[in-house]
Amino acid sequence: MVLQELAGRLQHDFSAALVRTVEWRGELSVTVMRDRLHEIALFLRNDPAMDFDYIVHVSSVDWPDDEERFEVVYELYSIRKRHQIRLKTRVPESDCVVDSLTDIWKGADFMEREVYDMMGIRFRNHPDLRRILLPDDYTEGYPLRKDFPLRGKGWRDTFEFLDETAR
Amino acid sequence: MAFEDQRTTVYKIDPDHPESETLPTLRTEELLLNMGPQHPATHGVLKVILELEGERLVKSTPVLGYLHRGVEKLAEDGTYHQFIPHTDRLDYVCAMYNNFAYCRAVEKLMNITVPDRAEYLRTIVAEVQRIIGHQFWLGTQALDIGAMTVFFYCFRDREILMDWFDELCGARLTTSWYRIGGVERDFTASLLDKLKQFLDYFPPKIDEYQVFLETNRIWIGRTKGVAIISAEDAVSFGLSGPTLRGSGVDYDLRKAQAYSAYPKCEFSVPLGKNGDTYDRYWIRVLELYESVKIIRQCLEQMQDGPIMADVPSVTLPPKQRVFTNLESMIQQFKLFSQGFDAPRGEIYCGTEAHKGELGFYIVSAGGGKPYRLKIRAPSFIHMGAFDHMSRGYMISDAVTIFGTYDIVMGECDR
Repeated sequence: MVLQELAGRLQHDFSAALVRTVEWRGELSVTVMRDRLHEIALFLRNDPAMDFDYIVHVSSVDWPDDEERFEVVYELYSIRKRHQIRLKTRVPESDCVVDSLTDIWKGADFMEREVYDMMGIRFRNHPDLRRILLPDDYTEGYPLRKDFPLRGKGWRDTFEFLDETAR
Repeated sequence: MAFEDQRTTVYKIDPDHPESETLPTLRTEELLLNMGPQHPATHGVLKVILELEGERLVKSTPVLGYLHRGVEKLAEDGTYHQFIPHTDRLDYVCAMYNNFAYCRAVEKLMNITVPDRAEYLRTIVAEVQRIIGHQFWLGTQALDIGAMTVFFYCFRDREILMDWFDELCGARLTTSWYRIGGVERDFTASLLDKLKQFLDYFPPKIDEYQVFLETNRIWIGRTKGVAIISAEDAVSFGLSGPTLRGSGVDYDLRKAQAYSAYPKCEFSVPLGKNGDTYDRYWIRVLELYESVKIIRQCLEQMQDGPIMADVPSVTLPPKQRVFTNLESMIQQFKLFSQGFDAPRGEIYCGTEAHKGELGFYIVSAGGGKPYRLKIRAPSFIHMGAFDHMSRGYMISDAVTIFGTYDIVMGECDR
């Protein structure tokens, strides 16, 4: 299906749940309300005209200045229909929970665990939500958040450096 | 599966049986076994906790992350050009493909069209890399299963291509030959000669590998009917590449997205029927022939022309000019240290690496550095299906199942 048709169909069926639809560089990304995410994903999977049977990746973006800080991104593809869509939802920091889509695409299991591990977003109804890349007892936060330091944790600044300049 | 019934009749005593009180009770206990992190067959550092009932795998839990280096976080600290060498270290046996996938993603973000000759060069090198990857896979998979001979034959032929890479870009593994907008340097006459020689030399060798394995009863016994995954499950788990096509799903990004010079070449995408390890092996061997075909066609069709897109604000100047011309030197310096100004937006671009779909999801908030860069690593996603695919098989098959994904932990853990 062409992107415009896809967008039009979603707009028609779920106009109240859509927050934003962006088409850029030939890709369609749709931001939906968090509590409707599972329902829309199920529609995208099961509707014969949509037929999004393949989950490409699950990702997350941190926008610390926004009211709803985190963005969870599901990239979906249809092998039979050959079209792609990016399904996004926003999550506030105070209530970092999204419905898990593991019951729709089995591959979402590991991908969502990675998002939890790296960004600290929890997935409701996920069968095994544990850290995946970092050790289970890692307590220093979630590394891909923007407030996690990019260059060391500052301990280098506590070193006493010898003054090697000429006297 | 057949063994399920067997297992219940042999081990489980029916509690409702009238004589269940007097029957001797068999003590059954599940055995936990750690496989890895230091295990030669895990191709890196991977631990799997196997729950065993006898010699059958009841459940397996992969424990990943031993090789996690935070590449995605690292990407946020560098410019787009600076990230290219990091991609080499993802899947370190197939660095060229990672470069390719990343450069393609940035080109999509910046809306750059790569010149024709560069596209052909890229396709040729990518297919050479595919041959190397499949040879590496075939050798190690056979070695893991116990057939040592093929390993030597594969690595002998792989060595020729490694030397070819060495001559092309000065490195055997961490190549960094692709650039955003094109490639670093053109083929020399000697490189072309060597490649053509290899193309004549190689196809009989593939037959040789096949003879070694397909007439070997042990190989057939240990791959046929092992780790079967149905087409629906394979799609649902997000498998890609030969692992997906082994189940008969016709999904190859080279055809589906027709990028680079692939639409100008004629090649077929082999598909499996049973979705077992043998089919995935068979597909990879056939892909070797297809790669040779693609390289041949590219060499025939390739015309002279520029090897780098002419977008001075993004692409690098030719290296010769950097050393002789002040402006070019400043341009090179500024592009590497400050980067180019990317537009706000987000793109996802997948490329068919030999393991599967290697994708980069880049979010740009403007400026010279990616705001967020996510790597869709096929090895990681394939590991998600490990538990599903290994249930019910023998403990010795665990090694076969790792191997069948062509897993490399550098890419899996990032």
